[in-house]
Amino acid sequence: MTGSLAAIGAGLAVIGAGIGIGMIGARAMEAIARQPEAVGDIRANMILMAALVEGAALIAILLAFFVG
Amino acid sequence: MHKIKIFIIVLLAFSFQLDAKDTADNNSLDQVTEQHDDQGHSHQEGDDHGDHTNACGYDVSETEFNPGKTAFHHISDQNIYSIGPWHFPLPCILKSDQGWDMFSSSKFHADYHGTGEYAYNRYVIYEGQVRKITDESFPMGLVELEGHGSLFTQDILDQETGKDKTLVYLCHGGNVYQCDNKSYADGGFLGGGVSSFYDFSITKNVFTMLLVFILLAWMFIGIAKTYKRREGQAPTGLQGFIEPIFVFIQDEVCKPFLGHKWERFTPFIMSLFFFILALNLFGQIPFLGGSNVTGNLSFTLVLAVFAFIVTNINGNKHYWSHVLWMPGVPAVLKIFIITPVEIMGLFIKPLTLMLRLFGNITAGHMVIVIFVGLIFIFGENGANAGAAWGTSIGSVLLTLFMMAIELLVAFIQAFVFAILTASYIGAATEEAHH
Repeated sequence: MTGSLAAIGAGLAVIGAGIGIGMIGARAMEAIARQPEAVGDIRANMILMAALVEGAALIAILLAFFVG
Repeated sequence: MHKIKIFIIVLLAFSFQLDAKDTADNNSLDQVTEQHDDQGHSHQEGDDHGDHTNACGYDVSETEFNPGKTAFHHISDQNIYSIGPWHFPLPCILKSDQGWDMFSSSKFHADYHGTGEYAYNRYVIYEGQVRKITDESFPMGLVELEGHGSLFTQDILDQETGKDKTLVYLCHGGNVYQCDNKSYADGGFLGGGVSSFYDFSITKNVFTMLLVFILLAWMFIGIAKTYKRREGQAPTGLQGFIEPIFVFIQDEVCKPFLGHKWERFTPFIMSLFFFILALNLFGQIPFLGGSNVTGNLSFTLVLAVFAFIVTNINGNKHYWSHVLWMPGVPAVLKIFIITPVEIMGLFIKPLTLMLRLFGNITAGHMVIVIFVGLIFIFGENGANAGAAWGTSIGSVLLTLFMMAIELLVAFIQAFVFAILTASYIGAATEEAHH
């Protein structure tokens, strides 16, 4: 059963990423529905924020990989 | 012309880096699927080499497929550039107590695994990476090794960290010599640390960086000349391909974030963006050795250090006063909480830049290698060919899907690195606006 604690840790990190990116996407879609002409701005910012949240999750996953 | 010179100098500075650290060197994932033990344990199926102990009594039979180890091997840096079935030896530049050694890695006569059949000046190559024999009793010069199995690995429990470590040993003339890995700059955190030699070779990553630098420089200088030649006319050719991307970064990243002095820092941001993008895309080309430059912590570390230096050298009084002694906050809070946190933030922001790029790219590469490795796992190393064929269909489809995502991630991560660096520089150079 070696290494499974690391896998559980990585899974926990991904829960956070999933929730975060899901919220970003939901709010972005609401914003587009409210103001369709701003779709370019909203899309660019949504992708940027998703990349930042994803970055945090990937840091956690890689630390679980290498250190755990 | 002036901006092109800055661009070239920045690209050149990026590409001359010491490969001082490599995170994936068979260190800590081996306990997951490691089948290797040192007492002649026979495996159930698919092991057509049978038990094989080498002359020093260690078991070097071909073990089952180890996906973790293979993944690490494929994303780590090597001293031989393998493109499919062809192997191009790269120059080795090594420094140790015995001085500088510069030679081509073809002296090792490595087989297709990257394991050498010769040792040279007490250096051997095992699975593509150069190692050093620290024992002085081993002869210098070109020494022929005793064939398959003379270079082997053993897993030992590291006393200090409590984790399994894989060490490479050489069996030669009945003696067992330990082979050191190259020095890493991580201070032992990821299983590295200073060892007996420093590897300054033109490895696969360095070669790729230089190649991409030359390609990018040639492309952009050509485009700049086209602009001058066709002043006032519509863009054409490569100029027309790069111009939308360039103008997009300029209008979305540089102008909004860098403030009114945006022209000064645009070459730096553009260099960052295009270099990272080109290297990300280069690493995605299959069969070109999977040259994983941006997935290498040392490369992203240097980029983050550049961003740190540029941000802090150009910080004006307003910026530093906010970092060190934020106005409008009670002094007690400032000394104990705000200022330490702000100083930590000075270092954490480039650190996250480094880890974000490294994590995204490495994760993508590892997933692709593991998807392909699924074929070998299900085919049980050759025993079950039908399952292997069946799995290959699913694996190829999954890999195609992952590669599409990886293309997107290549663009997004280059964009995010550029935009965050631009926002840090902008925050450092903005004027007070009360």
